[in-house]
Amino acid sequence: MKETQTIKNNTHTSQTTERISGSEAVIKCLLAEGVDILYGYPGGAIMPVYDELYKYQDKIHHVLSRHEQGAAHAAQGYARISGKVGVAMATSGPGATNLITGIADAQIDSTPLVCITGQVGSHLLGSDAFQETDIVGISTPVTKWNHQITKASEIPEVFAKAFYIAKSGRPGPVLIDITKDAQFEEFDFKYEKCKGVRSYKPVPTTDENSLKAAAELINNAKKPLIVWGQGVILGKAEDAFKAVIEKAGIPSAWTILGASAIPTSHPLNVGMVGMHGNYAPNVLTNDCDVLIAIGMRFDDRVTGNLATYAKQAKIVHFEIDPAEVDKNVKTDIAVLGDAKTSLTDLLPLLHPNSHTDWHQKFKDLYKIEYEKVIKNDLHPTKEGLTMGEVLKEINLQTKGEAAIVSDVGQHQMIACRYAEFNKTKSNITSGGLGTMGFALPAAIGAKMAAPEREVIMIAGDGGYQMNIQELGTIFQQKVPVKIVVLNNEFLGMVRQWQQLFFEKRYASTEMVNPDFVAIAKGYHIEAQKVSERKDLKAAVKEMIDCEGPYFLEVRVEKEDNVFPMIPTGASVSDIRLE
Amino acid sequence: MSENKQYTVSIYTENNIGLLNRISAIFQRRHMNVESLNTSPSEIDGVSRFTLVVNITESQMKKVIGQIEKQVEVIKAFYHTEDEIIYQESCLFKIKSELLFDERQIQNIIKESNARIVTVNKEFFAIEKSGRKEEIDLLHRELSVFGIMQFTRSGRIAVTKDEMKISTLLKAFQD
Repeated sequence: MKETQTIKNNTHTSQTTERISGSEAVIKCLLAEGVDILYGYPGGAIMPVYDELYKYQDKIHHVLSRHEQGAAHAAQGYARISGKVGVAMATSGPGATNLITGIADAQIDSTPLVCITGQVGSHLLGSDAFQETDIVGISTPVTKWNHQITKASEIPEVFAKAFYIAKSGRPGPVLIDITKDAQFEEFDFKYEKCKGVRSYKPVPTTDENSLKAAAELINNAKKPLIVWGQGVILGKAEDAFKAVIEKAGIPSAWTILGASAIPTSHPLNVGMVGMHGNYAPNVLTNDCDVLIAIGMRFDDRVTGNLATYAKQAKIVHFEIDPAEVDKNVKTDIAVLGDAKTSLTDLLPLLHPNSHTDWHQKFKDLYKIEYEKVIKNDLHPTKEGLTMGEVLKEINLQTKGEAAIVSDVGQHQMIACRYAEFNKTKSNITSGGLGTMGFALPAAIGAKMAAPEREVIMIAGDGGYQMNIQELGTIFQQKVPVKIVVLNNEFLGMVRQWQQLFFEKRYASTEMVNPDFVAIAKGYHIEAQKVSERKDLKAAVKEMIDCEGPYFLEVRVEKEDNVFPMIPTGASVSDIRLE
Repeated sequence: MSENKQYTVSIYTENNIGLLNRISAIFQRRHMNVESLNTSPSEIDGVSRFTLVVNITESQMKKVIGQIEKQVEVIKAFYHTEDEIIYQESCLFKIKSELLFDERQIQNIIKESNARIVTVNKEFFAIEKSGRKEEIDLLHRELSVFGIMQFTRSGRIAVTKDEMKISTLLKAFQD
């Protein structure tokens, strides 16, 4: 006898069984995991699931992207701002491979995703059938976990495991590939959430002795410097982190993905580290006596030349992923565990301190950076708009409350350097993979996850065109995302490198662009173009005031450069201001 | 800069499809050649064991172990130096049968090397030998003089001299 299925809402697991198809089981698994939105693109091998989705459209909102890469990035944007698992779905073959860039991006930036791909029938596997690719093999190096389902009965367990793995510990992307016959096959469905996997320990146990040793080193430091990363945000450790730095009075700098964990205006926030980071934290990395890394992984864009990176300092590393410890920089004390627990436990062991003289060094160097770089970026006197002043205007009009979704290139560095972040999870960008084309679809996902927030996408003319087709998604879904394109008619960052390191040979970096405003309007998106400073403020206001989506093109200086800059292979303290 | 050394890696895993791909990719993307690879059931029901041999520095070895253990379905990975393990490899030689009777020396080689004749027929005979790599290399050199129709050598299998406590670790994982 057929029993009634008992999933009543998005968070309950089913207690009884019901004979249903594999494709219906997929939908029920998603509902059981609390998924109410997914991004994707249908095709032959995933059609049974889409057919079921039609039945469940009042419970799960499917966002039809215009390219599977757009679906994956949108799911990333959704995950990054919500802290929940983003879900993307595609058909087999090209549909599946089109997801890969987004999956790779999610892997390196620790973004929880569950990607579902259809696959040819199991009897055709390995036969080079139409639209068959070995997506499990292809995605292996860029997924936290992946699995191919060939029998419908595997679906509940694999989905439960997938969501558990994607969101636990250091988050990451998971791919589930389902053969078409498994989607059709009927079986007795019952869903139980995954509570653990024998071989997988998401959060290592924090060793009390390492915590004590870290506290002792921090308490005795004369010139401590904290560099925090996204681990603070992913671990929901913002409050614990703030309490730690305020008690110990430690100047704290952020990696690109750590941005916004504490407000930009916090007196202990000394800016961004890395290739285009701030002058003071980069230079003083090679002056501090204790470097405390929290939830960051010493990426090469942060460290510059490892041979000269913080050699004088004792290194303390708070980290959830044991494989990151000593991977790039040899640590003196590693505190394993999740950031919230570790920092909460560290707090009572710390002595109150202020490090006034040490702070003064940061302020002195900031003055130098301000005079040589920041002043010209934010308050230019020359004709021609700078990218920095656009950010400044956005800051003023959003009061630092907006979530900024940036693409990759010069504008990204400018956005990260100058955007004011008053709320956590406000800087959504492709950090590790550096994926041009990320921002437009990611902004869609971010805005859909947080409709109450102002979500402003900032891209260059190059990256914008890499997924420009997602304007169609914005139009269809009526996503009120604000799109700002800083157009310098160049692939600006590459051009900057060509100028500085390739004797100004601008090989294939100049872009002849279309009428971006006309394109936006073609998608029925309000749009305007600004070329002069006097029009900027009103244009930003019109954009912010617009209730629907809005496109703003700002024609900026063609050959403006982003400074400071640490040339590849140079030491962080050799950072150039011009 | 530290020198390359030969390490034997023992990896305890869930017995799942695709894990070999994940583990080999860890070595591949770092341009590390896997000298030998064997997978088999382990002493624990449902748990597989990979045994690999690589020539890399200890610092590289430690980092690779970290990356291996990071894989969701890997339970635990260890690395061992040569003096920490007891290991064996196995090989098979296929040789023309006429040589067994025409070349008396071959019979001596088989006897002295503690190899074993597995089968004999009119065309060929097959010899099996288990031992350390050097012993197998020596036998290979000695038999090469007479001509080898086919030769194959297995991956290394190894156990540690000291207790590895994997069962205790596994229990801790389950708690």
